[in-house]
Amino acid sequence: MNKILRVNMSNLTVKLETVPAQWSGLGGRGLTSTIVAAEVPPRCHPLGPNNKLVFAPGLLTGTPAAQSGRLSAGAKSPLTGTIKESNAGGTAAQQLARMGIKALIIEGMPAEDKWHRLHVTMDGVSIEPADDLVGMQNFAVIDRMNKTFSPKIGVLTIGVPGELRMCAANISVKDPDQKIRSHGRGGLGAVMGSKKIKCITIDDTGAGKVPIADPDKFRTAAKIFAKSLLDHPVSGEGLPTYGTNILINILNEAGGLPTKNFRYGQCAHHDKISGETMHDTIVARGGKTKHGCHAGCIIQCSQVYTDNAGVYITSGFEYETIWGLGANAMIEDLDDIAKCDGLMDDIGIDSIEGAVLLATAMEAGVIPWGDGKECQRVLRDEIGKGTPLGRILGNGTSFVGRAYGLVRVPVVKDQGIPAYDPRSVKGIGITYATSTMGADHTAGYTIATNILKVGGFIDPLKKEGQVELSRNLQIATAAIDSTGMCVFIAFPALDIPESFTSLIDLINATYGLNLTADDVTALGMKILKLEHEFNNSAGFSPADDRLPEFFSYEPVPPHNAVWDFTDEEIDEFWNF
Amino acid sequence: MKVTIKLFAGFRENRFRVEERDLPPGFTVADLLRELGINEPELGVALINARHVLPGQELHDGEVISLFPKVGGG
Ligand code: SF4
Repeated sequence: MNKILRVNMSNLTVKLETVPAQWSGLGGRGLTSTIVAAEVPPRCHPLGPNNKLVFAPGLLTGTPAAQSGRLSAGAKSPLTGTIKESNAGGTAAQQLARMGIKALIIEGMPAEDKWHRLHVTMDGVSIEPADDLVGMQNFAVIDRMNKTFSPKIGVLTIGVPGELRMCAANISVKDPDQKIRSHGRGGLGAVMGSKKIKCITIDDTGAGKVPIADPDKFRTAAKIFAKSLLDHPVSGEGLPTYGTNILINILNEAGGLPTKNFRYGQCAHHDKISGETMHDTIVARGGKTKHGCHAGCIIQCSQVYTDNAGVYITSGFEYETIWGLGANAMIEDLDDIAKCDGLMDDIGIDSIEGAVLLATAMEAGVIPWGDGKECQRVLRDEIGKGTPLGRILGNGTSFVGRAYGLVRVPVVKDQGIPAYDPRSVKGIGITYATSTMGADHTAGYTIATNILKVGGFIDPLKKEGQVELSRNLQIATAAIDSTGMCVFIAFPALDIPESFTSLIDLINATYGLNLTADDVTALGMKILKLEHEFNNSAGFSPADDRLPEFFSYEPVPPHNAVWDFTDEEIDEFWNF
Repeated sequence: MKVTIKLFAGFRENRFRVEERDLPPGFTVADLLRELGINEPELGVALINARHVLPGQELHDGEVISLFPKVGGG
């Protein structure tokens, strides 16, 4: 990958640049965060002309290595005000990588109120008018682009909430089945909307293969790596069978499943929304229990969920979405939850922020608790159309909480807290508090060690060891997010030594390098520190690395646990 | 003593979802696994009353034990 494409939306010009030496060893999150930190003024308005939207495939993306097809998107987030990286599957990452495109940087914003579409080919990028796409949701955009070009065209698109610059808006990526994966968190769809780009199409005709410096070494490492994924019970069996939603029951049994907007740690109707029930339902209806979000995914945690008649409702139906609507917003019918998930794909909002903000709207009395039909209407007709109510909701959980004068508002740095209660799973609370991204479970997934007993065991209800656990995982994750690998490779990597060493071998074989495990850790640390520094310059301080106050005085049953870390204990996180 | 046993994911196959059993005093998690025909290395997580326990843990009257194979998500 030797090209940087720079699109200036202020004067509608495109530049092809070579990769500067200091960016050559970077990919994915490492590269998007480095570019944002270097080029975006930390105090700029995220929706103004000085923010930049950067896309970068990972270091291994486009190679035959399993799980390597993830795309990173980065910018200053309009939701959190922090630096943001969000990665997604779909076809775009592998296309860009094979085209030799290391990063696509979009800067400036047009003076005129006209919409555009970017078309990326081996010849560069053309900026096309797109006023005719305005008002369309994502599936309609994908349909139109498939007809305009061919079903092979890669598509990145925003729906109406993105056009209207709502902070819950995501960027949707077409997957190999013409469905959608998402750069979900942090409102990056609003940044794309602020630059008046409705969609980006990618035609990879003429693209070659990603060059590999040492093909023999690569093949050997790729085999060991793939074997470790299939050998580990979580990635080899659990995820493909039950998807991520297997977690409903385990979090419920452990008392860490946030229920009715974080009032309780267990949910009475957990069985109706569990991974086991979902699996049986999919099998009975003839959907697909296994599905990959990109070619080359062998774990296949995704699935295709259909209705009783076998008609598609949604895919990529994740635990966090099902938790957020099912337990936290009390919707008992999995079909209603699936329809909400499909709607969130279509209108283009983050399905975690979307689920958490709907529960917050229930807390406010705007939607009755557990009313899945009303949630569908609100998504489609309020948020999806940008009505005044839709704009209040579509700006995220924190905004809804302020609008309705609520106290129990589960956010850190204004980003909705996902599916694990920080009082009863304390390690994840440290990740929420300290992550450079705002409340983000994937940034340092302590659930592995706190709940699942992967990579050892640290008691979720005690404070001991949590800061160190979160730190080590956040460092490792920053590095993994730079490779283009899906984060689920962490399960085998935590338990099977060859898994991690073969991953490093894959990078070395591709680039002719001699990196060691220490180099990878150093890379992770460097990325975290760079992101942290950006946030500090943007005005954040240790006082922002805190959970909402209610967690410290509302005990969560069944353990009646509270959040009891002192400020000093939390701040120890950055001591590395 | 009466103990409620909850099984999850693949452990349910050819067994049950939830059952109450009368067990002799001193019965451990490992004993229960043996009785259920589950090999200990297959066990991912065992929880008694929502707390993680090891196979050596003794069960007591009125407790709820939840058994999971090695699974995960994220
Ligand atoms: S395991 Fe799931 S998230 Fe990871 S690459 Fe496969 S489908 Fe995508």
